[in-house]
Amino acid sequence: MADPVLATHGLSKAFGALQASDAISLELRAGEIHAVIGPNGAGKSTLIAQICGSLAPDAGRVEFLGRDVTQESTQARAARGLARTFQTSALAMEDTVLQNALLGALGASGRPWRFFSRASRDAALLDRAEAALEAVGIADLCELRTAELSHGQRRQLEVAVALTLEPKAFVMDEPMAGLGQEGSKRLTGFLDGLRAQAPILLVEHDMDAVFALADRISVLVYGKVIATGSVAEIRRDPLVRDAYLGDEA
Amino acid sequence: MSRERLLNGALLLALIVIPGWALYADEPFTITLATRAVIFALAAVGLNIALGLGGLVSLGHAVFFGIGGYAMGILASHAQSYTPLIEWPFVIEGTKSMPVIWLVAIVASSAAALLIGLLSLRTSGVYFIMITLAFGQMMYFFAISWPAYGGEDGLSIYVRNGFPGLNTLVPIQFYGLCLALLCLVLAFNARLMRSPFGLALDAARQVPERVRAVGLDPRRLQLVALVISGAITGLAGALFADLNRFVSPTMLSWQMSGEIMVFVIIGGVARLFGPVAGAGIYVLLEHLLGGVSEYWQIFLGLVLLMVVLFGKGGVVGMIAGRRRDG
Repeated sequence: MADPVLATHGLSKAFGALQASDAISLELRAGEIHAVIGPNGAGKSTLIAQICGSLAPDAGRVEFLGRDVTQESTQARAARGLARTFQTSALAMEDTVLQNALLGALGASGRPWRFFSRASRDAALLDRAEAALEAVGIADLCELRTAELSHGQRRQLEVAVALTLEPKAFVMDEPMAGLGQEGSKRLTGFLDGLRAQAPILLVEHDMDAVFALADRISVLVYGKVIATGSVAEIRRDPLVRDAYLGDEA
Repeated sequence: MSRERLLNGALLLALIVIPGWALYADEPFTITLATRAVIFALAAVGLNIALGLGGLVSLGHAVFFGIGGYAMGILASHAQSYTPLIEWPFVIEGTKSMPVIWLVAIVASSAAALLIGLLSLRTSGVYFIMITLAFGQMMYFFAISWPAYGGEDGLSIYVRNGFPGLNTLVPIQFYGLCLALLCLVLAFNARLMRSPFGLALDAARQVPERVRAVGLDPRRLQLVALVISGAITGLAGALFADLNRFVSPTMLSWQMSGEIMVFVIIGGVARLFGPVAGAGIYVLLEHLLGGVSEYWQIFLGLVLLMVVLFGKGGVVGMIAGRRRDG
C-alpha cells in the first residue's frame, strides 16, 4: 500500500495527571476522508494541535508526506501543504472576505515581503482567492466585511481559506459546528468532492456527516484510539457503542 | 471620494496654507510651530505602522526618536569641532550634510529596532509594553551618563545642517523639506497598508493563529514592521534635533514615547493621516493653552479621554467613520 499522506506514531501528551493523547497512531491515506470522533474531552483538539504544530507532543512523532515534521513550526507545516480549519473561525474580522482569502493565497505564494504592490491587484493572488471563494459558493460576498457574515458563511470562508493553500492534506476541526441542517448538508456535499483533491482528516461531532463522508473512522476516548475501521465496522463495534455512540447508531 | 480622503486632503492643504500664510504675514514662529507638528507627525507615522498596523504597543519609540536625534548631534558636533568620530581602524569624520545624517539615523534606528524587536517580540501584551519601556529607560540613562556627548545637558549645534540647494536656516525652506519627507513617508505608508505585506501584518495583529496556518510567521512580519517603524521615527528624530539645533536625553525619555503614542491615539490608530491630525492638535493645544497655564497638559488629558471614550478611531475616525480599505 502507498505511504500515508499524514501519519502520527505513538503521539502522547499529558497535562499534569490528564493523559490527553495516549500513544495515538493514525494514518491519513491519499484520497480518503478519515474521521476522528469521540466524546467531549476525548482529546480531539489536543490531537489536532499536535498534528498542526501548535502543541509539542511529549512523545511520538508526526509524519507528513513521508517526512518527520514533529519539530517543525505550524507555519513550516502549512508551507509543506498541511491546511487546517479552526473549530471557532479564526478569520480577520475587520477585513473583507476577499482579503481573508487573499491572505491564504499570499501564504501559499510564500512571498509576503512585498511592500509597494497592491495585494488586491495581484492577478495570481486574486485568481487563487476567487477560485476558492467560488468553490465554496461565497464569491458574491467577497466585498463584505467578515464580521458581517453569518455564522454559516464564516464556516464556508474558513474552508475557502484552507482551499487557497491548495494543500496536500486538510485537517478540519468540526467544520459543521453550528451549521444548520441545510448548511451541514451542503458542506457535506462539498467535502465529499474535495477528497479527490486532497485527503481530509475530519474531526466532527455531526454523526450524519461523518457516516455519510468517512472512508474510515477512528474513535478517540480519553486520549486513546479505541477503534479504527470503516463506517460499518465502527457502527458494529461493541466497544464503540458502549463508549460513545450509545443508542444513536 | 470618501470622507477620509477629503479629510486627508484638508489636512494636507492646512499644512501648505498655514505656513504659506505665516510666510506672507511674516510670522516665522508659526512656521516653526508647523515644522514641529510635521516632525511629530512623522515620528507618529512611524509608530502607527507598529501600533496601528502591527498591533505592537511600543512604549519605547523614544529610543528611535532619540537615536535619530543623537545621530544628528554626534555627527554635527564632530563636524563642528573638526574632530573625527573615530580614527582607528579608519577615519570617520563628522558631517553637516542632512542626507548623510538622515541615512545614519535611519540605519542606526532600524538596527536598534531589529535588536529590540528580536528580544521583545518573544512577549506580547503588557509584557511587550514593559520590555519596550525598559529598553527606552536603558537608552535614556545611558545617554545621561555618557559625558562625551553632553550627558544630561545634551548637545548644542550652532548652525543647522545643510541640504544641497537649500538654505535650511530659512524657516520656510526647512519646513518644506520636512513636509516633503512627511509626504514621501505617508505615500509609502499608504502603499504599505494595501501591499501583500500590509495584508499579512494586519492579519497577524487580528488572528496570528490564522497567519501561521497559512504558512507565514507573524513574529517575522511584526519584526519587519517594527524595523520600518523605528526607521521612520529615527528619521523624525534627526529632523527634530535639527529643528531645535539641540539634542538631549529628553528625546529618549519615556514621556517622549508617551507623547508620540498620544499623537497616534488622538489622531486615529491605523489611520493614514491619524498621526498628522494628532500631532497637529497637540502642537496647537501646546501653543494656545501653554500660554494660559503651565499645566496645559490637563486639557490634553481631557481631549485624550474624550477621544478614547467616545471615538475609537481617534479624530480621523470621528470625522471619517470606520476604516475602509481594499
